[in-house]
Amino acid sequence: MATLFRRRRATATQTERVRERRHEGFLRHANFRWAKVSGGLCLLVILSYALIDVSPRPNGGSWYGYTLGTIGALLILWLTALGYRKRRMTSDFWSLKAWTSAHVYLGLSLIVIATWHTGFQLGWNVHTLAWALMMLVILSGLYGVAVYALLPQALSNNRDQMTQMQMLEAIRAFDRQLHAAAQPLPPGEAAPVLASLEQDPFAGGIRARLTGRYPNRATAAARAALTEAVGGDAEARAKVVALLTQKEAALARLREHLRLRALLEIWLYVHVPLTFALIAALSAHIISVFFYW
Amino acid sequence: MSDPVRVAIIGSGPAGLSAAARAAQLGLSHVLLEKTDHLSDTIFKYQKGKHVMATPNRLDLRSDCRFDEGAREAILAIWDEDAAANKVNVVYHAEVVEVTGEKGAFQIKTAKGDVIAAEAIVLAIGTQGNPNRLRCPGNDLPHIIYQVDDPEDFKDRHITVVGSGDAGIENALGVAEDALENRVTILNRSKDFARAKAKNVSDLMEAEENGAISIRTETQPKLVEAGWLTLETPTGDEKIQCDLIVARLGSVAPRAFVESMGIEFTGPDREAFPKLSPTFETSVPGIYVIGALAGYPLIKHCMNQGYDVVEFINGNTALTPADEKDLAAIFAGLPERKSVSEWLDFLRTRVRIFADVSPLQMREFMLDSKVAFFPEGEVVFEKDEPGSSLFAIAEGHALVEVSPGVTVPIEQGSIFGEVGLISGRKRGATIRAGEDSIFVEVSRTAALKLMAAVPGAKRVIERISLERQLLQIFKGGLTAEDLAPVVDGAEVIRVPAGKAVLEEGDEGDDVFVIRSGSMVVEKNIGGKPIFLRYLPAGSYFGEMAVLSGAPRNATVKAAVGSEVIKLTGAGFKAMLAARPQVREATETAVAERAAMNSFIESRKATYSSAVDLYSDTASFIMKEGLGEATDALLIDENLCVGCDNCEKACADSHEGLSRLDREAGKTFAHLHVPTSCRHCEHPHCMADCPPNVIHRGPDGEVFMEEGCIGCGNCMRNCPYGVIRMEAAPPPKPGLLSWLLLGRGPGPGEPSPKWTKANMPEGKKPKKIAVKCDMCKGLAGGPACVRACPTGAAIRVSPEEFLSIARLEEDAG
Repeated sequence: MATLFRRRRATATQTERVRERRHEGFLRHANFRWAKVSGGLCLLVILSYALIDVSPRPNGGSWYGYTLGTIGALLILWLTALGYRKRRMTSDFWSLKAWTSAHVYLGLSLIVIATWHTGFQLGWNVHTLAWALMMLVILSGLYGVAVYALLPQALSNNRDQMTQMQMLEAIRAFDRQLHAAAQPLPPGEAAPVLASLEQDPFAGGIRARLTGRYPNRATAAARAALTEAVGGDAEARAKVVALLTQKEAALARLREHLRLRALLEIWLYVHVPLTFALIAALSAHIISVFFYW
Repeated sequence: MSDPVRVAIIGSGPAGLSAAARAAQLGLSHVLLEKTDHLSDTIFKYQKGKHVMATPNRLDLRSDCRFDEGAREAILAIWDEDAAANKVNVVYHAEVVEVTGEKGAFQIKTAKGDVIAAEAIVLAIGTQGNPNRLRCPGNDLPHIIYQVDDPEDFKDRHITVVGSGDAGIENALGVAEDALENRVTILNRSKDFARAKAKNVSDLMEAEENGAISIRTETQPKLVEAGWLTLETPTGDEKIQCDLIVARLGSVAPRAFVESMGIEFTGPDREAFPKLSPTFETSVPGIYVIGALAGYPLIKHCMNQGYDVVEFINGNTALTPADEKDLAAIFAGLPERKSVSEWLDFLRTRVRIFADVSPLQMREFMLDSKVAFFPEGEVVFEKDEPGSSLFAIAEGHALVEVSPGVTVPIEQGSIFGEVGLISGRKRGATIRAGEDSIFVEVSRTAALKLMAAVPGAKRVIERISLERQLLQIFKGGLTAEDLAPVVDGAEVIRVPAGKAVLEEGDEGDDVFVIRSGSMVVEKNIGGKPIFLRYLPAGSYFGEMAVLSGAPRNATVKAAVGSEVIKLTGAGFKAMLAARPQVREATETAVAERAAMNSFIESRKATYSSAVDLYSDTASFIMKEGLGEATDALLIDENLCVGCDNCEKACADSHEGLSRLDREAGKTFAHLHVPTSCRHCEHPHCMADCPPNVIHRGPDGEVFMEEGCIGCGNCMRNCPYGVIRMEAAPPPKPGLLSWLLLGRGPGPGEPSPKWTKANMPEGKKPKKIAVKCDMCKGLAGGPACVRACPTGAAIRVSPEEFLSIARLEEDAG
């Protein structure tokens, strides 16, 4: 006899599979599983290269070279798929962290696979272009791994529980207060304050964004000017100076935040386009080698 | 005074209007008294264009007035039409101030001094109460409003908010949003905002510093004129520009008025309702209560009751309520054939907790319950399943599997599943049907309602649950009889968050069992309180002192508001003495705890910083309210690169809206608690959901099913701000078409601009509550965790996260 109850799922559930009790970064994922796989693969390539006697000499065109080349090319395509995996929110079980971990370590193994594939025959041709592009992609990726390991802490410390929106809002709030507080100041003193209010805190382009050094220093200038000023309404001026100091700190925090975020993202603008250039060069390389047959 | 009418209906909302329409159709002399100049004031006050829902869908509408989901305006217009078509006798501006007399000869006095005679009265006044009005001259001008539905209705105006409570402050902050360009002033009669929440006060002060709001203390309105307001300030009168006054001066709840007629309530607390018979008659014969005041906040219920109550008054006792067929469906699967009322009687006489329940309450509870036949041996639920419903045994008996192969019976009339109900924790044991049985499953909401409304039921449930909890904790052949002396002397104590139940060094030998909430155990080591352990509901503490006779060796305090059961040391000792096996088991547990304490103490000596970090992290987690969490998102900011892929994954796994805000929230030692649902043991959001669509699912997730009416109660009740009121964006082009062709807004929640531009013409989606459902129904589990590229995001329960293993690893 069936029951009216829809039976609850019997035991522990699917979510247990992604359940981790502690934070474990992508580099350490599953006790360095992909580092081991990748290391083993490299070792295998190096050993077999030494042991297998390919005549007349090791070359991309030998059966051994073709094997490594095929592995390398497929690996490159699979590594590229991370960009798709990351954005494709299917409902089945997968862990992007595991993918990242594999991406990093298998990507590094390409250094060995592809270089040994060449048989160390490099020259000024489309084949070596593909190899060089690949090395550049890997190099930019290494930069990415480095900043992912080093910068998150600094990002967290700098933002001190504030969100980016709150940082922007804080600067706007200081501007509003400055506007009110600067009313009693004489025109000569109000002008630098006004300049600070009117400054675009983000002017300076990509260079400023990455270095954190911005050309527009109206707030600092205003603070300097007002600190030195004498006479007039000293109390009102002190209030404005205090506000300018606070605004400077808020600006510095926001700029540092943007700088760190930029450093964490900038490499992708190299890594991804170079990957597509690599795939193009790789295609040219593969098509052209068929003419050697 | 005119001839008495057969029935006077007070309040012209859905319930009152429906009642009046039925009276008119039956040809009964009647009058519908409405205090304002329009019908249905509560719905009239909804914001413009608000979409009104018609839940529950399964319930048929039985009324002479029409109702279907739609815009506020359409619904009000239809009711006006229906009132006219049914020739309802409405009297506007008739605020009832006093009711005297008795059945057959009531006198109803209105604020204007009119007296209406009536044989019977139907009270359908809702629960809103009357807002207190401004008392100064000019208080009848139309630009004074008593609530703000949507701050965006007001742009570029001079607005004065009168009132210093939370409602006033929240309204002031709402209309003071930058983009609205209002000039907002808030008036406070006294010097400070003592009545408001600290958070609101600090927000208000910040808004003043930013120049968004001007606060005037010790100031009150003196004269209202069109466009201007004269203030009485400590330094004399002052006239300010003002083209809108928002008066939030509190309101008078209707209970006092209802009680003044002699009507009794079920209890003293705020949730109590008037005592009612199956025909909605109160303890005063001839006065009937229906609608929200009777405890039915949904429009359809209200309208059906209006119809029914007038039929009852007219002597139609054979009428079965509109929910009859729903109840019939609930009983349909049972092997025996009985009518609905026979089944209800069967349950009421068989089950102990239903003994004191009135027939009307019984119908209501059964609608939120299920009844099923279980053949012998069938599993009802398994150990460690989440679940918070309560089961009652109407026929047969149940078997509890206390350990593999060992079962204990629960007899007919008793209950099981009460641990989940009270503590919100997972099921403690597997339960099977001991013979062919009939079990009733009462949802948590209905069970809590039952406990609040029927003291007898509450006593039975509490007694049984305490016995069971103790049996489960102290195994070893203990029986309910052994426990009697302990249970008789037991006392339930409420402990506010942060308060200590035991202090280290105190004398005392009471033993405590955590009934709900959670506790943290701390010990003073080297002048600093060090976190030793997190105790979830269902654990016990204080037993060390009983066994050793020594003073308390650690402090135990509540991580969140909790309830503990105090057992006297003497009773506990007597129990241990009677059962040597139990004593042995308890001693083993004590030894384990003591070993862990000394482990932490020894680490403190050698790895002081690791222990301090562990302890401080635990305190931080508790301070963030995770003590009541069952599953929370925690981000390690040593790993988080700020890519927001978690938020994008969340939006793309649902209907385009993210349920988490990664960046917001507190951080300690790079451990970040983002704004996202923690799936509390006792979810605050569930507390007041009119359509009752928030539930706990099989994986422990607190989720919302369809049918949200967009009232926003859950959002306001959530102390962690994790529920949004938002309308789903239109569907966007697929991922490949974005990647290759650049079509659509890309992964994640689309910008409001894109949503606005791509919303199909004429479609104004309604804003409903949006909250994390832990990716319920997705085979892969929570998308936020799956989509984190660096491993920064994990979902854990506090006891998993604060395990001793963590400390062991950290301390090396």
